[in-house]
Amino acid sequence: MTKLGSRIFSRLVILVPYAWLVFFFLVPFVIVFRISLSTTAIAQPPYEPVFRLADGIAGIVDNIRQLSFDNFIWLTEDALYINAYLSSIKIAGISTFLALLIAYPIAYGMAQAPRTWRPTLLMLVILPFWTSFLIRVYAWIAILKPEGLLNQLLLSLGLINEPLIILNTNWAIYIGIVYSYLPFMILPIYSALEKMDHSLIEAAQDLGCPPISAFWKVTFPLSLAGVVAGCMLVFIPAVGEFVIPDLLGGSQTLMIGKTLWTEFNSNRDWPLSAAVATVLLLILVVPIVFFQNMQAKAEERGK
Amino acid sequence: MTKWSRFNIVSVALGFAFLYLPIVLLVVFSFNESRLVTVWAGFSIKWYVSLFNNQGLMDAAWVTIRVALLSATIATVLGTMAALSLVRFTRFRGRMLFSGMVYAPLVMPEVITGLSLLLLFVAIGFDRGFWTVTLAHITLTMCFVAVVVQSRLLSFDRSVEEAALDLGATPLRTFIEVTLPIIAPAVFSGWVLAFTLSLDDLVIASFTSGPGATTLPMKIYSQVRLGVTPEINAACTLLIALVAVGVIIASIVTKRRELQRQRDEHAAFAGT
Repeated sequence: MTKLGSRIFSRLVILVPYAWLVFFFLVPFVIVFRISLSTTAIAQPPYEPVFRLADGIAGIVDNIRQLSFDNFIWLTEDALYINAYLSSIKIAGISTFLALLIAYPIAYGMAQAPRTWRPTLLMLVILPFWTSFLIRVYAWIAILKPEGLLNQLLLSLGLINEPLIILNTNWAIYIGIVYSYLPFMILPIYSALEKMDHSLIEAAQDLGCPPISAFWKVTFPLSLAGVVAGCMLVFIPAVGEFVIPDLLGGSQTLMIGKTLWTEFNSNRDWPLSAAVATVLLLILVVPIVFFQNMQAKAEERGK
Repeated sequence: MTKWSRFNIVSVALGFAFLYLPIVLLVVFSFNESRLVTVWAGFSIKWYVSLFNNQGLMDAAWVTIRVALLSATIATVLGTMAALSLVRFTRFRGRMLFSGMVYAPLVMPEVITGLSLLLLFVAIGFDRGFWTVTLAHITLTMCFVAVVVQSRLLSFDRSVEEAALDLGATPLRTFIEVTLPIIAPAVFSGWVLAFTLSLDDLVIASFTSGPGATTLPMKIYSQVRLGVTPEINAACTLLIALVAVGVIIASIVTKRRELQRQRDEHAAFAGT
């Protein structure tokens, strides 16, 4: 009885979340792919063919014949989409690099802080992450506007003579992404640096290595796992980002998350937006699998 | 120990200024008398008053809180189960796929998750509204709970569990009486995280929501598109305050439990 009970218990523990994720995470992707092969129709839902079990096997075979790769061909032919993909990757890449430049000294400083301070500093990095993403992006509008707080400050200090135009440019997007995702970059780097054995640096310096080259030869390579994890955590979601380019980037910004949103909500072209999502997923599949392997390895090491 | 150099202090201070200044400015300007969010014209709470008279925003806030409470609770149960499966059962069929499905939503762009869930709900003929948003939020946030609980389970001394099992406790009883009390702080912070993520989400909610289930972020977003107003600043400040209170309670609870645990351990050692 106990044995049977324990087997049922352990089966359920695996099965329930497993089934949930298959149904709400995996199956939806299959549906997205399926709809990306459909054509738009003025109907409810706005695409065809619609698969119905009532049609029987003959009906389903007939439906499969109607599927086509037209949406994908359309994506490659229209420069708008290719440019949107490329510019998303470019913007995400530049933002990730800027985030790394800003986050590294912060993480380094935190790891060097007195031991009793570290939990508080860590808490302070995590805290903004708990406040709404939308709110944090929104807060920057008032700062970056031509008559906004940043320009008022710079004008009153006499550093500039006329307001800088930052809002509605790519710079605003870089600032928005760096700001919103900074904790994701700081945390893995900090945890890599914190675990580091300090005697290695001392050894390098005792052997006559100047501090800067000790940093590049010892500290940085040892923190590389954290750097890579941080870059993944920023880059992958940033490529598909919608809120930041929409609120800070203005109408001319080309980012694929925004294109998808417009295609779906304004043009109501569901099959085409499904195709846009499928291609975006294909682009991101390599970094995502890479990220997961890293997670799995970290999990192994934790045991 | 090495000294905390000036360079390090300055970089940490600047970093925190960058992280906090925008939020502080937002809160400050919610108390601004003037309608302009960039010019200070004296202290006033009139935007809070007009916020509470704004029925649309209040309705949206109520929907958001209900979705967040329900989805965070279910997500915590599912996420804890997922974490247990990942840590305790190292070998089962499809484990690779399972861990992939737990980690992928953490980095998946929200537009993809939102669109795919919407197409699922349309395909199975589920009317969009309160329940679809809740289901979508459970799916997203359970993965965050799983990661939080998993990291606690990994640093966990399994011998106490084995002792309970050896003494004849069933796995379920062992879980409830031994494992759960130990991982409770992580489960609780997982819940708080799930709650705030749900409170916060705009993109997935916009895709999966239907008429009558407008959430607060959706409402804020549609007003922000029309222009920045102090009323929105006031709404944001209240949300920040709500989250801050939650985080403070969570950290106090965790701290207390930690102290209690240390005291118990001391007592146990002193007893032997």
